[in-house]
Amino acid sequence: MSTLVITDLHVSVETPEGTKEILRGVDLTIDSGHVHAIMGPNGSGKSTLAYSIAGHPKYTITSGTVTLDGEDVLEMSVDERAKAGIFLAMQYPVEVPGVSVSNFLRTAKTAIDGEAPKLRTWVKDVKSSMADLRMDPAFAERNVNEGFSGGEKKRHEILQMELLEPKIAILDETDSGLDVDALRIVSEGVNRVKDKTNVGVLLITHYTRILNYITPDFVHVFVDGRVAEQGGPELAERLEAEGYDRYLTKA
Amino acid sequence: MTTTDLTTDHSRATADEAHSHGLASTPPNASRADRPKSFELDVFPVPSGREEQWRFSAVRDLAPLFVDQPVDGSLAWSIDALPAGVRLTEVSVADARERSVSEPGDRASAIAAAHSGGARALTVAPGSVIDKPITITMHGDGSEARGHLLVEVGANAEVSVVIERTGSATYSEFISVDVGQNAGLNLVLLQTWEDDAVHSGEVHAKLSRDARLRGSVVTLGGKVVRLNTTASLAGEGSSVDLFGLYFADSGQHQEHQLFVDHMVPNCRSRVTYKGALAGASARTVWIGDVLIRKEAEGTDTYELNRNLVLTDGARADSVPNLEIETGLIDGAGHASATGRFDEEQMFYLRSRGISESEARKLVVRGFFADLIQEIGVPEVEKGLMNAIELELDMVEADDE
Repeated sequence: MSTLVITDLHVSVETPEGTKEILRGVDLTIDSGHVHAIMGPNGSGKSTLAYSIAGHPKYTITSGTVTLDGEDVLEMSVDERAKAGIFLAMQYPVEVPGVSVSNFLRTAKTAIDGEAPKLRTWVKDVKSSMADLRMDPAFAERNVNEGFSGGEKKRHEILQMELLEPKIAILDETDSGLDVDALRIVSEGVNRVKDKTNVGVLLITHYTRILNYITPDFVHVFVDGRVAEQGGPELAERLEAEGYDRYLTKA
Repeated sequence: MTTTDLTTDHSRATADEAHSHGLASTPPNASRADRPKSFELDVFPVPSGREEQWRFSAVRDLAPLFVDQPVDGSLAWSIDALPAGVRLTEVSVADARERSVSEPGDRASAIAAAHSGGARALTVAPGSVIDKPITITMHGDGSEARGHLLVEVGANAEVSVVIERTGSATYSEFISVDVGQNAGLNLVLLQTWEDDAVHSGEVHAKLSRDARLRGSVVTLGGKVVRLNTTASLAGEGSSVDLFGLYFADSGQHQEHQLFVDHMVPNCRSRVTYKGALAGASARTVWIGDVLIRKEAEGTDTYELNRNLVLTDGARADSVPNLEIETGLIDGAGHASATGRFDEEQMFYLRSRGISESEARKLVVRGFFADLIQEIGVPEVEKGLMNAIELELDMVEADDE
């Protein structure tokens, strides 16, 4: 059982026009086995929350705390956060030319576990996860994200989530740009990992469609850098019907 | 990866479409083949750094190598007992001139020949097939040294020669490589100098009919290394593969110039150079000239340069040039790209638990892996990845 606790988080970025505050006091607690959907309009700070937790150097934490099972996440380097059990599935996964998927996965697994995985079980695990995600075995020999389609990139992110077995996974708009088939495959992957490892999921999305496949335990509406409203799955249905206008006019 | 890519396929080129892609203002007006060659120093004024072939060079550091006077030092050679069919002999300055495949093409190598005190000739008898690579280590004790080397491979012979430079020196050299009819030479030049070495070398290889040359250059050490390699495809059916691997960190200036001269019909050439740069003042230069002469119908040529910039402030220049005087060729192309290992790639790998140093190694290993396998001398290939990773470790030590 793990818990990620975000308390009064304020985050800013440097822009050509000066420092801009994007997160204005976020409070959120995520336990193992729960899915929290973060929904909100573009520019509300959802992705900033994801990248701030993962430690992207572009974002400056001006106040607040993030802890994982009591450990101060903000004190950790990016790779230390991953080793502590935080995983970020990125909206725009980065190409790494010259590094094959199989080499990348093995290197990451070794780094996170602190020892190389046993070869025979590892090869089997990779193969079966790839098969579950309908990824061609030839994928393993391609360079990381190089020439991948949008759907391939997202499946590759979920493959990593499955193999690296994080405690808390942040999925940053994993559903954006996917057709229904790809969305279903990716969602099934997330559900499978959750059932298997009891991972806690922070599901960041702009659309309600993915929630037809992944049932959230909690829904948080993100507006203007903080949580404007929260509730159960029924809140997502209301957003589906009404959109974000209600919050935007209020703000 | 941020990449600037430059690829041109000249397969269907016609004579009047010959062109170059110099990064800077103008391509050389005259043909690359028109540059002077001579053992006479007067032909080559002291370079100022404004000349076409010196404009990217570390001319100030190379200045001692332009001075026309004898030097005291020399590089200490170590070489294993030579197999049957291979001889190493001393050759007088006058004889060495006669036996060189070409005259020097710049002042530094002309001075190297003039003040070498005579050349050494590594001669492989016709028909000899030597299984084990011949390894020569040249070690500098920090002094000034000049060298003239002849590599002569007789007809139908096959041999691998590895020359490694270690220690430190202010060194210039002229290497003449004569590959006889239907002979095969695999020549590897390793620059694993200490940090303060200054090295200017010219290698001129001439290939006779059906000859094969695989030439690899590995430059990891030294303060300034400038290697100018020419391959003259002078005999029909000859083939050359030139590989280069370089890694520059702060304070290093590494320059590799190449000239592949297709003089006769039906020859093939491939040039593949890859370099990594790390550290604020790391600097590399690659200039690849290919000339397809009017007579050289049926030519098949491709040259490629890739650079991987690992940290801010490093600078890689890459200048491919292709001169084509006949349209009757099989293929002619070149590609040049410089990519940056950027903050986003680093973040992606680190967000998967991979440390900063391991992330760099992962990328650099991937970048060089194919190339290392091409060297074709297992003894060299084996140690090379380790040597590159040591370079990376040094970069990180500097960062801290």
